[in-house]
Amino acid sequence: MSTFAPGPSFFRASHGLRSWLFTLDHKRIGLMYLCGIIIAFLLGGLFALGIRVELFFPGETIVGPDTYNRMFTLHGAIMVFLVIIPGLPAALGNFILPMQLGAPDVAFPRINLTSLYLWYIGAALLLVSLFSGNAVDTGWTFYTPYSLNSPASVIPVVAGVFILGFSSIFTGLNFITTVHKFRHPKMTWFKMPLNVWALYATAVIQVLATPVLGITLLLLLAERIMGIGIFDPTLGGDPVLFQHFFWFYSHPAVYIMILPAMGVISELVTTFSHKPIFGYRFIAYSSIGLALLSFLVWGHHMFVSGQSPLATMIFSALTFTVAIPSAIKVFNWVATLYKGAITFQTPMLYTLAFILLFTIGGLTGITLGALSVDVHLHDTYYVVAHFHYVMMGSGLIAFLAGLHYWWPKITGRMYHEKTGQICAILVFIGFNLTFLPQFVLGARGMARRYWDYDPRFETLHQLSTTGAVILGFSLLVGFINLVVSLKRGRKAPANPWGATTLEWEAPSPPPLYNFTAPPELPPIYDYTNLVYDPDEGGYIRRPAQATDTSAAGGEGPGSSPAGEPSRS
Amino acid sequence: MEAHPETNHGDDHGHGFAHVASVKSLILTWGTLMCLTGLTVYASTIHFGSNSMNLLVAMAIAIVKGTLVIVFFMHMRHEKPFHVIIIAAGILFAVLFVSIGLIDTGQYQDDVVWGSYDPGAQPTTSTTP
Amino acid sequence: MSHSAHEDSGQSPFIAHHYDNARHQFEAGKLGIWLFLVTEILFFSGLFVAYIIYRYHHPEMFEYANRYLSVKAGAINTCVLIISSLTAAWAVRAAQLRQRKTLITCLAITVVCAFAFLGIKAKEYAHKFHMGTYWGEDFDPCETPDLTPIDCAERHEGHEAAAGKAEATAAADTTAKPGAEAAAGTGEAAATAKPGEVKLPDRVAAGVPPHTSYFFSLYFGMTGLHGIHVLIGAGVFIWLLIRAIKGHFSPDYFGPVEYAALYWHLVDIIWIFLFPLLYLI
Repeated sequence: MSTFAPGPSFFRASHGLRSWLFTLDHKRIGLMYLCGIIIAFLLGGLFALGIRVELFFPGETIVGPDTYNRMFTLHGAIMVFLVIIPGLPAALGNFILPMQLGAPDVAFPRINLTSLYLWYIGAALLLVSLFSGNAVDTGWTFYTPYSLNSPASVIPVVAGVFILGFSSIFTGLNFITTVHKFRHPKMTWFKMPLNVWALYATAVIQVLATPVLGITLLLLLAERIMGIGIFDPTLGGDPVLFQHFFWFYSHPAVYIMILPAMGVISELVTTFSHKPIFGYRFIAYSSIGLALLSFLVWGHHMFVSGQSPLATMIFSALTFTVAIPSAIKVFNWVATLYKGAITFQTPMLYTLAFILLFTIGGLTGITLGALSVDVHLHDTYYVVAHFHYVMMGSGLIAFLAGLHYWWPKITGRMYHEKTGQICAILVFIGFNLTFLPQFVLGARGMARRYWDYDPRFETLHQLSTTGAVILGFSLLVGFINLVVSLKRGRKAPANPWGATTLEWEAPSPPPLYNFTAPPELPPIYDYTNLVYDPDEGGYIRRPAQATDTSAAGGEGPGSSPAGEPSRS
Repeated sequence: MEAHPETNHGDDHGHGFAHVASVKSLILTWGTLMCLTGLTVYASTIHFGSNSMNLLVAMAIAIVKGTLVIVFFMHMRHEKPFHVIIIAAGILFAVLFVSIGLIDTGQYQDDVVWGSYDPGAQPTTSTTP
Repeated sequence: MSHSAHEDSGQSPFIAHHYDNARHQFEAGKLGIWLFLVTEILFFSGLFVAYIIYRYHHPEMFEYANRYLSVKAGAINTCVLIISSLTAAWAVRAAQLRQRKTLITCLAITVVCAFAFLGIKAKEYAHKFHMGTYWGEDFDPCETPDLTPIDCAERHEGHEAAAGKAEATAAADTTAKPGAEAAAGTGEAAATAKPGEVKLPDRVAAGVPPHTSYFFSLYFGMTGLHGIHVLIGAGVFIWLLIRAIKGHFSPDYFGPVEYAALYWHLVDIIWIFLFPLLYLI
């Protein structure tokens, strides 16, 4: 029973606050996630700027050491748990996944709404700690025994993150079921967009790893509130065990952050090269491979924590293997670019930035995975730079790429392209200026989470802070550009970029159940039938037999009747 | 009506969605579980040589009971293979977790000072902290 | 959630709008619940990991401590849960075959069993609290598993209360003696004040292994978390019972019963492992 039907856009399908708060529409849910996530990102970013300003001079610049501890803890917790982990799957994934499958919605819309509520509840609990005047100061990793004894307001944050974990689990559960049960009838596994493969692999990690975070945080709460003694050495507990528990989730978690990003990049690199993706199956398999391999390397966060040498060596060796699927993807993306008809719109600029920054981030991860090197670099700025290159330089950049790519589809508006491009370039410059010096800082011995430092590090810190200001400013202008487009942007066509995945067959913005009629499945990553139509300002599909009447200026793809012949 | 690759068609009557358990299989399974419970309690009173043997016996009986519940009550034998893979994967990752945990903690046990910091206990001889 | 298109075809009104048919919805729900069960397995795995690791390194402590637990209570609870598993599985069968009375009976028995389990657990917990075998820092038993008395804070509190009363009545009759009043609050005074009373051995002297509190941390943690899941399951089955009485379930819409039963079986399986690990070996 098809629910596909023409109708007003999903924005106008129903009205009033209640129709949003109690919606079952994955698109509205995705948007509500997006709003929350962007606000959280702003908050986390303010803390980042606070950190960087404080580090501009050695000693106290704007805050004392206790406040500094709270700032980096909140920066980390907000960015990891409220922005990067949910960002791509929950905000963009929720919106795009069903459409890419040709489905009217996700498998469990009510669970989807529950996930959204859980995100907001978790966020509120984090804010409770923030506004308590005694914000958490343990670092986002909550290592014991300090997290057991810290006088700060640890419990709300840990409880909040626990709840956020369930939001993530339910999203993963929903996505896996949707991919299995709601694909277009003709869409076999190897005709799925690579973004779907990536989100599927992410969902597998969310379902398998996040419950372990749940029990870890629950035990931490129980220990802090009731003193049960599993991690507290004075009660016979083992603090290294806490780290095993914590990183068993948190390492796969970083792949929750990067896999959807890679999925977005796979989509964008082919679209903006106007060329089929190179090595589709390799990218698909490497997504699943990465998801599974990610569970085998968690000990590389614990090389100097008291982990045994045996386990340390095992984890170091395994860490090298986990680079392989990522490298496969990078090679495939670059091969896609080769001899492509590359156009440099904003999403593509972010994509190219991603490929470079992810390579740097990934390679520095390998150096950290080498046990002998990590002994010197652990807990230095080298690690900070590494994870910012992968989490922000890759994860967030991909989020921005995807946001700009799907913005026309979501909102029905085109943002101002020139501004977008300039911001992308400034973000790239600002980001590198912020974090490249940090590799040097770390290699020269500057420790992380330190409020004060030796004056010989001052110049590098000042370079980094300058970069952070440029980065923050350009991100802000980039977001404003998007927001302004809501009122002032020109109306978007169904397919502004000439992409081949199913979501571009729907109108921009889509109606309530995504498609006006059961969509015909176009051949994936096949650009031969897409023609730019200047009247529409976007691409349309030219029928297989090119007759003189069906040249440019034909109907838009979104309104083609179901019976129109199409290539299978 | 759209055909989704994972679903079968032609079933608007409602039956045939899933295997219906027979009363016999339910009662038999239940009876076996009750007997095995009695057996495991009884077996815990017998000393099988070493404490690890007792543990092994108890775990073996528990695994049998668990398997009965999964296969018959949860009709796993009539389930789609993918669901079996999901559960197997979950158990596999849990085993991975515990294995590495055991390996690592085993390696550094010699460094652990166990027993000197028991709060509330008043040792009869003074112990070095 | 109803959609007229589905009602037209004679199907249950509970088929959601975005599903093709009842079977599509059922199968999607099935996949969803199996995925959820995997998350539950991994959720509990953390506690089992802690148990296994500590037991492996300190078996003598576990073997001593679990003698504090009542095998009878644990065995009864195991039987209660197995019975409820039977009725849950039978309820699914009844829903599939449109046997409304059987369905309602089975769901009701499942709920009763769930609460019976919780009741027995509550009694066990109360006994543990009375004996002083709490978790972590509060672990302070007043007797060994063989019922040999041990010196514990609660005994001193008892004496304090008695001594306080005696002193208060004495002080009311005579003029107050400041030193004695001050001493009345302390255990030492109480312990030494009464002639003829035997000084009890402390925990270590009585042979309680160090960090036995750890066993109880795990005991309360694992059975507590399990108990929360039993409580949630009971709530779910009450909701199903109400829906069954209203006649919501039919051969093409029995998903909720099936999914809840699967959850319940997992709860049962977890207890099947907890029982021997905590009570028997």
